[in-house]
Amino acid sequence: MDFFQNLDPAVQFFIFSAVKIGVVFGVTMSFVAYSVLVERKVSAWIQDRVGPNRTSPPIAQFIPILGPFLTRLGIFQPMADGLKFLLKEDFTPNYVRLAYFWLAPAIAVIPAFLTLAVIPFGSTLGNPDNKMVIADLDVGILYTFGIVSLGVYGIVLAGYAANSKYPFLGGIRSTAQMISYEIAMGMSVVSVFLLVGDLNLSKVIEYQAHGGWLVFKQPLAFFIFLVAAFAETNRLPFDLPESESELVGGYHTEYSSMKFALFFLGEYANMIASSAMMVTLFFGGWTLPFLGEPASGLLGGLLHIGIFVAKMAAFMILFIWVRWMFPRFRYDQLMDLGWRRFIPLALANILVTALVVAFVNR
Amino acid sequence: MPELTDILFYAFAGLTLLCGFLCVANPFSRNPVTSAMFLVLTIISMAGLYVLLHAFFLAAIQVLVYAGAVMVLFLFVIMLLDIREEERRKLNGAAVGVGAIAVGTLAGILTRALWHAEPLAKVATSEGATRPLGKILFTQYLLPFEVLSILLLVAMVGVILLSRKELK
Repeated sequence: MDFFQNLDPAVQFFIFSAVKIGVVFGVTMSFVAYSVLVERKVSAWIQDRVGPNRTSPPIAQFIPILGPFLTRLGIFQPMADGLKFLLKEDFTPNYVRLAYFWLAPAIAVIPAFLTLAVIPFGSTLGNPDNKMVIADLDVGILYTFGIVSLGVYGIVLAGYAANSKYPFLGGIRSTAQMISYEIAMGMSVVSVFLLVGDLNLSKVIEYQAHGGWLVFKQPLAFFIFLVAAFAETNRLPFDLPESESELVGGYHTEYSSMKFALFFLGEYANMIASSAMMVTLFFGGWTLPFLGEPASGLLGGLLHIGIFVAKMAAFMILFIWVRWMFPRFRYDQLMDLGWRRFIPLALANILVTALVVAFVNR
Repeated sequence: MPELTDILFYAFAGLTLLCGFLCVANPFSRNPVTSAMFLVLTIISMAGLYVLLHAFFLAAIQVLVYAGAVMVLFLFVIMLLDIREEERRKLNGAAVGVGAIAVGTLAGILTRALWHAEPLAKVATSEGATRPLGKILFTQYLLPFEVLSILLLVAMVGVILLSRKELK
């Protein structure tokens, strides 16, 4: 470690950030792969099936007991899925708008990963300066919303690039849907920040460590945020842009192979990002009611990261569970819910919170 | 060796100008969607310039409102109305005249503002943090702020009135 300590602080910062980025990216990617597996298993159990239970590399058969057990759990399935996506033919229909056809999958993936940069996924690791957040921005939440709002371009451009009617309809739908629910989402968060008094996400966690989780103080804001998160990630019951029963595959109808996989990856990365946001904003981030102080040692730091990841995984399971439990909304119901129910509710919530902060909490 | 911020400034400034030019006069494509996407890039690279000025709040709002909402609606309208490739029209004399006057006036105002601007040292103190910005908006600049909100409200009411299906 002496070698590391002797380096220039700027170089230290650079190396440390690079390591954090690498680890967060790697963990998110494997989280994505295994949430697909969880999705398949949970859907199977809900529908009284067994789900993926066959895929296994040849060596797995030679491990007694454990090998067949893991195979039955489907642990090896994500590797096969990934390999399949990479090896399948990447077919490009000859009537597509080529530049956008190539750009759209990339644009769909990038924003989801960018939002993870401001999420404090742990307190400190080792020494108190090693904050477990890639970028501790003062306008953290605004940054997140800015980046999330860019995510829609991937879907819209995919719909436009395909140059055929179903993807196009999917793209148009997603534009209207994302914009509508972004407003409700943004407004629900305003009341949270009225209480906290800071836009920095680390400060939000600090507040919750001492004043209790915000979900108990702002249940309405949390509910609106949760529903809007479903709409923003295009998950059932709000998967209108995709809705395979009416639009074939929606915006990704014409995509195959790895380009399709990128949309898939983007969707799950978005789910992870919004789960992380909900944990940070409403469920105390890496804190537990009796574990609120930043960790002093390595072990405590790892424990905090573990708590954060566990809470995030719980939200992922909620996302998956809801998908197999609820039917899809009709388009007019979706718009009605967004504009005529959630936005007035969120506004009223802001007003009430502002009054309480102004007269009671001073 | 030049500072990193200088390099970034020139990169973002160049990108802003290039994308702005490609948005209005793209020699390769007259596709309205392409123009809209270059406008998005222009907006994002301007946000980068704001970050270099330490105006983080402004940068975030710029991306959130313009790139994330306004331009998405632009795209929505372009796609919904199915605007085809713009043909190369002949130059309209009146339009060129009005455009030249507008650009000239704006350039004049900006030059004057820059000319009378106070030295940079003072700008750096405010740091573009959200709290001081809010304080200034609601004390020193309260009147212009409220007038602007009324202007937006008027525009909103006007849009609703115009888009009603049956006008009595």
